Amino acid sequence: MLRFALRRLGVAIAVAFTVSLACFLLLHLSGDLATSIAGPEATAAQIEAVRKQYGLDRPLVTQFADWLWHAVQLDFGRSYYFQDRVIDLIASRLPVTMILGGLALAFALIVAIPLGVIAAIKRDSWIDRLALVIAVLGQAMPSFWFGLTLIIVFSVQLRWLPASGADSWQGFILPVVALGYYATPAIMRLTRTGMLDVLGSDYIRTARAKGLRTGTIMFKHALRNAIIPVIALAAVQLGFMLGGSLVIEAVFSLHGLGYLAWEAIARNDYPVMQAIVLILASIYILLTLGADLLNAAIDPRIRVR
Amino acid sequence: MTDHLLEVRDLHVDIPLGHSTLHAVRGIDFHVDRGELVCLVGESGCGKSLTSLALMGLLPSRARRRAAALRFAGAELTTLPERRMADLRGNRMAMIFQEPMTSLNPAYTIGNQLTEALSRHRKVTAAQARDRAVHLLERVGITAAASRLGQYPHQLSGGLRQRVMIAMALMCGPELIIADEPTTALDVTIQAQILHLLRELQQEFGMAVVLITHDLGVVARVADRVAVMYAGEIVETGPVASLFAAPSHPYTRGLLACIPVPGRTRPGEMLGSIPGIVPSLTGRLEGCAFRNRCGEARDACAGPVPWRQGLAGQAVRCVGAA
Ligand SMILES: Nc1ncnc2c1ncn2[C@@H]1O[C@H](COP(=O)(O)OP(=O)(O)O)[C@@H](O)[C@H]1O
Ligand code: SF4
Ligand SMILES: [Mg+2]
Repeated sequence: MLRFALRRLGVAIAVAFTVSLACFLLLHLSGDLATSIAGPEATAAQIEAVRKQYGLDRPLVTQFADWLWHAVQLDFGRSYYFQDRVIDLIASRLPVTMILGGLALAFALIVAIPLGVIAAIKRDSWIDRLALVIAVLGQAMPSFWFGLTLIIVFSVQLRWLPASGADSWQGFILPVVALGYYATPAIMRLTRTGMLDVLGSDYIRTARAKGLRTGTIMFKHALRNAIIPVIALAAVQLGFMLGGSLVIEAVFSLHGLGYLAWEAIARNDYPVMQAIVLILASIYILLTLGADLLNAAIDPRIRVR
Repeated sequence: MTDHLLEVRDLHVDIPLGHSTLHAVRGIDFHVDRGELVCLVGESGCGKSLTSLALMGLLPSRARRRAAALRFAGAELTTLPERRMADLRGNRMAMIFQEPMTSLNPAYTIGNQLTEALSRHRKVTAAQARDRAVHLLERVGITAAASRLGQYPHQLSGGLRQRVMIAMALMCGPELIIADEPTTALDVTIQAQILHLLRELQQEFGMAVVLITHDLGVVARVADRVAVMYAGEIVETGPVASLFAAPSHPYTRGLLACIPVPGRTRPGEMLGSIPGIVPSLTGRLEGCAFRNRCGEARDACAGPVPWRQGLAGQAVRCVGAA
């Protein structure tokens, strides 16, 4: 198990490095950074001054090595716009995004897994059909549109919940639903397929032959096997949701990492952009790593591979 | 009549298929007494597995079961609610399946799956359940039994897994075990061991066993009584010695002719080398279902075929049988 974990960690670090390099190259190849930082009215001399000031005149390799050397020490430099240290900016914004993502995933799992299980047990019943409708709607609806719909219904018309801000826990409800709903269909469909597969298996027949109670059969014997692919999917979905929170945070004015990304893009704040990409990529990688380890813990056959 | 451990009267199993219905089991009668080993034998597809699943209440959800009587230890199973049926399963009647490789849950240890069979039906402590599991694993011939409890199914060979399945069936000390081709998926050398083990356990614990097989060679070695199935019906039944000495049904005689004889038959050769094909099981069958393959068929075979009692408890369903 330890060797398995170490090997997966090695892969994870390699992926994080590659993502950072790709992001760095994309930023630098997309145009002259000094020109866009200096702004449209800047003179040639001003642009050269900016180039020197930010070290953009150095060779790309040196710039990247320098950035990487500091980044591994969690030093991402200073924001061009806010003037604060990038790490402080991220530290202040990350909790909002993490809470939003974590709650959204929890919401998705709590809704999707029971629905998937019931849809499988009561296959072709009205509840199975309803679940299918929810899934199709969820997959078809853009998250900003769904978010706006929620705001119109629950904030503007019913006035039950605030439309924006993270000052109170109520402020999180609508964004969590908007973001979590996005992951619900995929998780539900996979749970349903997995359960149907497992329920037809020989070991479920064995469990029934032992006279086990329906609850034991469904939750101990069936769900544990059916959930294995769902865990990997949930990790991927959480990754997508961190991406999706860019949109949701903008819609609900939540000052998280996604909102910071908007601000950074709008203001050519390259150090912030580069740091957010690395952080999001790292979180995403850690999530898949965590899912792999969790799967290994659930499915004994994975451990020996 | 009523003191049989298991009594089956006019059991049918139908499977709806689109616009027709498969009558897989067509009104069979048989009984099993306490401590008796009864073999149900017949070619693949004749309805043996569906019969056993029907007895256990484990039929696939779309299959329909119908019977005049299905009495087990005094209880009428046809009217028993599913909850009460579940109380019997794994407790007083247990089952061993044909597929040892897939019949154990890959996510749980052997010990977990063994002990849950006992703790479901008896008030026992974890330690007591564990002791019983170790004891039975040893009894079914598994070495280092205590250390096996922590192992997962994928760490065991097919033969070992089938021994685990047998131990699992024994956990609550059932009165009846139904074993559906328990050796078919195993290597030939292991087949003989498992068969021998089953017979030994049956005698040691005084259990009744319904052993399902397609191999009359198996029947000859272990059975007390035998029922021969063809196309969803039982065509001949009787004590194994008299049935082998004087098979009355042409199908039984055909099966007997196919038993491998050491030195003369190639290993792995299956029986069922009776020429012809089994009739379709959809729709009604008039007369004797075997008559398209029977060398002794005559006009009367197209009409109703009554049971005839023979000597020494034998019974046969054939108009030509003397
Ligand atoms: N779940 C099922 N759906 C449709 N047909 C089935 C199903 N199970 C069994 N059958 C059919 O019923 C007949 C009897 O099957 P089975 O009882 O498994 O035979 P045996 O165990 O004697 O080989 C076969 O024709 C088989 O194809
Ligand atoms: S009833 Fe007729 S066809 Fe059927 S087995 Fe007997 S002789 Fe053959
Ligand atoms: Mg079978």
